[in-house]
Order: sequence, then C-alpha cells, then structure tokens
Amino acid sequence: MVERELPKLEVAGSTPVVRFSVSARSLIAVFAVLAVVGLLVFGLASKGGSRLEVGEAAPTEPLPQLEGRGSESLTDYKGEWVLVNFWASWCLPCRAEAPALEAFQQQQGKSRFTVVGIDTQDLSDDAKAFVERYGLSYPQLRDGNGDIADEYGTTGVPENFLIDPAGKVRLVAPGPVDDEYLQKEVAPLLPGGAS
Amino acid sequence: MSRLVLLLGISLAVLAPTAAAEGGASLTEIEKQVMCPVCGTLLQLAESPQAQRERAFINRLIDEGRSEEEVKDALVAEYGNEVLALPPDSGFSLSAYVVPIVAFLIAAAALAIGVLRWRRGGSGGTGAPPSAGPSGEDAERLDADLARYDL
Repeated sequence: MVERELPKLEVAGSTPVVRFSVSARSLIAVFAVLAVVGLLVFGLASKGGSRLEVGEAAPTEPLPQLEGRGSESLTDYKGEWVLVNFWASWCLPCRAEAPALEAFQQQQGKSRFTVVGIDTQDLSDDAKAFVERYGLSYPQLRDGNGDIADEYGTTGVPENFLIDPAGKVRLVAPGPVDDEYLQKEVAPLLPGGAS
Repeated sequence: MSRLVLLLGISLAVLAPTAAAEGGASLTEIEKQVMCPVCGTLLQLAESPQAQRERAFINRLIDEGRSEEEVKDALVAEYGNEVLALPPDSGFSLSAYVVPIVAFLIAAAALAIGVLRWRRGGSGGTGAPPSAGPSGEDAERLDADLARYDL
C-alpha cells in the first residue's frame, strides 16, 4: 500500500493551523517550473510591447546625437512640444516625408516646438548623407539597435509621436505624415494653433 | 605522370579554401554570422533594403582590407550586439552559453540519480520484502471478520 503524505491538521487554541510538509524534491521542481516560466516571460517582455498610446508618458532615455559626441533625451525638451520622428535612410516613405517635416519645422519656428528625428537600425554614414541630402535642420539622434523604437512600440519606419510639454503622447501617426496631416492634425495642438 | 597530376589536383582542391580564408574576410562568410536587424533573420537570407545597405557596408570594409573580426566589430558599433547571430561570450551574454550547459548537467545528474534509485529499488535493495501474509493484529482482525461473515 502506498502511503501518501497528507497535510497535518493541528488545532492551536481555537485557530486551526494547516502545516504542509514539503520535500526538497518538491521545492526543486517548483523552482524549476518558476525558472522556466520566468524565462518565457522575460523572452516575451524583451520582444517589445505595444505601441505607445495617447496619454502615456514618452520614454526619456538619452540617445547619442547623429552628428556630434553628445547625447540628448526628451527631458532636454521639457516644456516644449516635440514631434518624434522615427526614420531610416533605407526607408523609401521616409524620403517623401522628410521635406514635409523640415518645411513644418521652418513654418513653426523653434519656439516651443521642434521635430526630433530618431534614426533607427541604420548605418550612421547613410543617415548623415540623408540629413545632408534633404537639408534637415532639426535635431537628429541615433537608435542603432532599435531599443528606443521598441520602447515606443513602433512596427516600422516612419512613425511619428507628438509629445506635449508635460512629456505625454498627444498624437500617434504610424506611417508617413505629409504636409496636409501636419497642418490639420499637429498644428492646431501647438501654441498659437487653431484649437 | 598521371599520378603526379592527380596528386597536384587534390592538393590544390584541399589548399584552395584555406588560402582563400587566410586571404581576408569574405562577404559570404560574414553573412552567415550576422543578422539583418530589421528582418530578424541571418543577413545571408535577407533581401530587404536595410540588408542591401548592410552588405554594401561590409563590402566597403572588406575592400579597405579589414579582417572578419574588424568588420563584425564595426557592425556592432552601428547596430549593437543584436547584429551578431551568436551572442558574445562575455558579460550577461555569456549566460546564453553557460545556462544550457548547466541545465544539461543538472538534467543528466537527475537522470543518473533516478536510474540508480530505480535499479536499487528493482533489485530489492531498499524496497519492503514481500509479505508472507498478515500477522499479529491484522491476522486477528482478519480472523474476526471471517468469523463474523461466516466465510
């Protein structure tokens, strides 16, 4: 007959106490299962989350400048509206979008609004040539391994996020933006806009 | 004479790849060791615009006379460690090599212990000896039950 270990019930005063005897083998099995589950969760989490939504706080990790040795983060633009533009030199829609972004930046001036370009998963020399070719004057940062793009939850390039002076996302534009979008959707939210 | 020609042919066939490998880095070899970061596949299998630029970058460095390791270092500087098909054997990435080995050793040890215990149990070393029948209190109870039911 097989004897099984059953929970032992002890009565201490009026409070019943259940005491389980746990063998070392059971503990090892539990830890092994927890380790496997932990690895699965870590694997899923490191794949990146969903795209940032309106109202969420934008990531503020510093990124190296595309040209120059310094680094910048969104905290450097606290109190300003920022249009974060993820792009890459090999991306064809980015080529169509870049002149519109530059024209919009020129139109808005540099008081309380700036476009910040984030060049992602791209070669730095190619990116510098792209900036020069399209005469982009707004700040450019590098996200070579795509970690920040993952934090924003982008699924490709280009993608744009309008961040308000408090650092919260106010608009999300997956895909390229053009002058019409910028004038109709972005401009009204900016200081002196129509809204 | 024909033997000499055959020997020469075989020697050339064996030595040619070695000579090519010593001659410097090759795109074909590097493509097998690095990823296309955007596609998430080996560069060897990728045909995206980003992959084409990565190939052009590698070719440019090869033309400059860079070694395979130097080319891979330059790719890591551009795209981060994620560009390497195999993670580096230092820092946290070392766990990618160590954890499977440790897990295998633990599993092998557990299996060995399990087999040893099973064999001991099978030979009757630790198991309880088969009983010849109820004895003592059990035998009395059995007799009482048999008597009660008149069996």
